[in-house]
Amino acid sequence: MTVSRFIRVAWLIVKKDLTIEARSRELFLTTLFFAVSCVLVFAFGFVSDQNPIGDAAAGILWIAIAFAGTLALGRAFERERYHDVLHALLLAPVDRPAIYIGKLLGVICLLAIVEIIIVPLISLFFQTPILRHPWLLGGLLACGTLGFASVGTLFAAMLVRARSRDVLLPVLLYPITVPVIIAGVRGTVLLLQPEIDVIMVRAWIGMLVFFDVVFITLSLWTFEPLMTD
Amino acid sequence: MILSRWFPAITVMAMVFFAGAPLMIARAPYESTMGLVQKIFYFHVPAWIAMFSAAFVCGISSGIYLFKGKKLADHLAVAAAELTVLFGLIGLVTGPLWARKAWGLWWQWDARLTSALILWMIFVAYQLLRQYGGPGSDKLAAGMALFGMANVPFVYWSVNVWRTIHPTTNVVPTLVPGMSEAFLWCSVAFVLIFILTLSARVKLESHRAAIDRLYLSLDD
Repeated sequence: MTVSRFIRVAWLIVKKDLTIEARSRELFLTTLFFAVSCVLVFAFGFVSDQNPIGDAAAGILWIAIAFAGTLALGRAFERERYHDVLHALLLAPVDRPAIYIGKLLGVICLLAIVEIIIVPLISLFFQTPILRHPWLLGGLLACGTLGFASVGTLFAAMLVRARSRDVLLPVLLYPITVPVIIAGVRGTVLLLQPEIDVIMVRAWIGMLVFFDVVFITLSLWTFEPLMTD
Repeated sequence: MILSRWFPAITVMAMVFFAGAPLMIARAPYESTMGLVQKIFYFHVPAWIAMFSAAFVCGISSGIYLFKGKKLADHLAVAAAELTVLFGLIGLVTGPLWARKAWGLWWQWDARLTSALILWMIFVAYQLLRQYGGPGSDKLAAGMALFGMANVPFVYWSVNVWRTIHPTTNVVPTLVPGMSEAFLWCSVAFVLIFILTLSARVKLESHRAAIDRLYLSLDD
């Protein structure tokens, strides 16, 4: 299968997911609201002297992304179970990895929009200058979300036909993506300091890129055998 | 299984190594700062060596099962994953016991300890998936084990890349003669125990799978 056909297949799947989302907005609204609720709960959970702790903002951002992302992944593939859509996708004469990339891009689009809304909210709730260096923050969030979503898409696709899939997705996903979360949080914490250590932030972004490469390579490699019956 | 022929011989060897281990450890010299406490090293590091070996065996056999479909590879992966959790548990218990005396604290979130704990948890998640995932969980768990195996080099080199409270990988190659013999003896003992338990567990898993197949064919 040629590269252009690969891209076309992936794009078709992204378009399908985004079209359904644009019409129903179910996944987007529920995920967004869940992420905001997460931020609120954690903001009330970590208080000092009756005020939210400013330093906790970085951790809460990434936890909200992780939890909302898990929910979105589960729901995105739940949709494929109805009407045997997944079966149809697998029967299509296309490269399986193209299906994976299509689903991955759909999930990333969803999480990106949620993050664009959540980050200013966190800046507001915690009164932290998290948006002072938007490009560095954007880099951290982009690489971190990519790493998280790449493993998440693989596992959510794997678990579609498994028993106890709702609880197993976080059980499987979190141990593997903890390094991504750690790197994301440490990078974001550095961005909240009065004096920003740009070299260290770049180092954490570098580590995120390393994990992204490893995870995407492994996922592309194992998607085909894992999705066969 | 290839090892069934050698099972009695390996058992005897393992017993010899196990019996000789206390003698070797007692004869090893004391370390200058930690004294007797340092001797938990002869359990802690070999346990992690066995754990890494088990993780590699699990990962490689999972890869073979995923891409070639050999049932024996799946049984090997199941057995190796259980042993990864077991030897990892030994390592995770002996580590803090030593840390309390050597560093004054039970645990710290440095690169080595954090990544080792995460590696262990990945294989615990493997167990949960196999147990509760229902049909098809064998392939899914195999995918999981591949991620686990990819994590092992990261855990090993984390201590050289970051500044951690945990000693670097430079310690083992530079052991003094008295300690290096005891360490080698204990490592061989743990690896032999790993091979023995792996062999027995694979046998058990093969029998269990055979019974399952017979049971299902009886239903047809």
